[in-house]
Amino acid sequence: MRVLYFAWLRERVGAGEEEVEPGGAATAGELVRALIARDERYARAFEDLGSVRVAVDQQMGDLDTPIAEAREVAFFPPVTGG
Amino acid sequence: MDGGARTSRVSVQAEDFDIGAEIARLTAGAADAGAVVSFTGLVRGGAGEDAIEAMELEHYPAMTERALDAIVAEAERRWPLAGVRVIHRHGRLEPGARIVLVLTASRHRGAAFEAAEFLMDYLKTRAPFWKKEHGGKGAAWVDAREADDDAARRWEREG
Repeated sequence: MRVLYFAWLRERVGAGEEEVEPGGAATAGELVRALIARDERYARAFEDLGSVRVAVDQQMGDLDTPIAEAREVAFFPPVTGG
Repeated sequence: MDGGARTSRVSVQAEDFDIGAEIARLTAGAADAGAVVSFTGLVRGGAGEDAIEAMELEHYPAMTERALDAIVAEAERRWPLAGVRVIHRHGRLEPGARIVLVLTASRHRGAAFEAAEFLMDYLKTRAPFWKKEHGGKGAAWVDAREADDDAARRWEREG
């Protein structure tokens, strides 16, 4: 599955996108937990989950959104456009 | 409304835009319009130690146009609009540069004003853009503002 990171999440992870084997993660939140267990960069990126927003297959979702069928999951801070 | 017309209402681009040309194009295709409202967002320069040298706008390319389309479709559902145009820039912009353009045309001004305000409130809270300011104190991501969430939320009651 393709996982994308934007803004300060991208900077903390050190990559804009990567291929991730989701293992048994059924939701975006479970994917986050699996990433945090991998290495310190993810632990830093996801240390404040209240500031993390999620899109699954380019639709806004949240940490409870299922990802079993997803091809692309994106993590980013609250948006600041306009 | 065909798919082609729908996509041309929204643009995400690095280039600047010409407000007058955009208004002329929109109203040329909207014979029933009696009002057109235009909003332009600019990069604030700031002052003193808050002065910024540049603003960097990052976005989620695969998702941005779709998100803007959905916001425009919602505005059209709520107000009788003769035309809508949204342009949002990305990349590195200097103080004074135009960031975003919203145009709404309608038979009467009330719908055009309200729809333009709605579009900006939703752009600020639902379009996948992130701003980073570069200034004398270094670079910092702009935090989302609670006031913007409150502004967007008031339309939920009125929808």
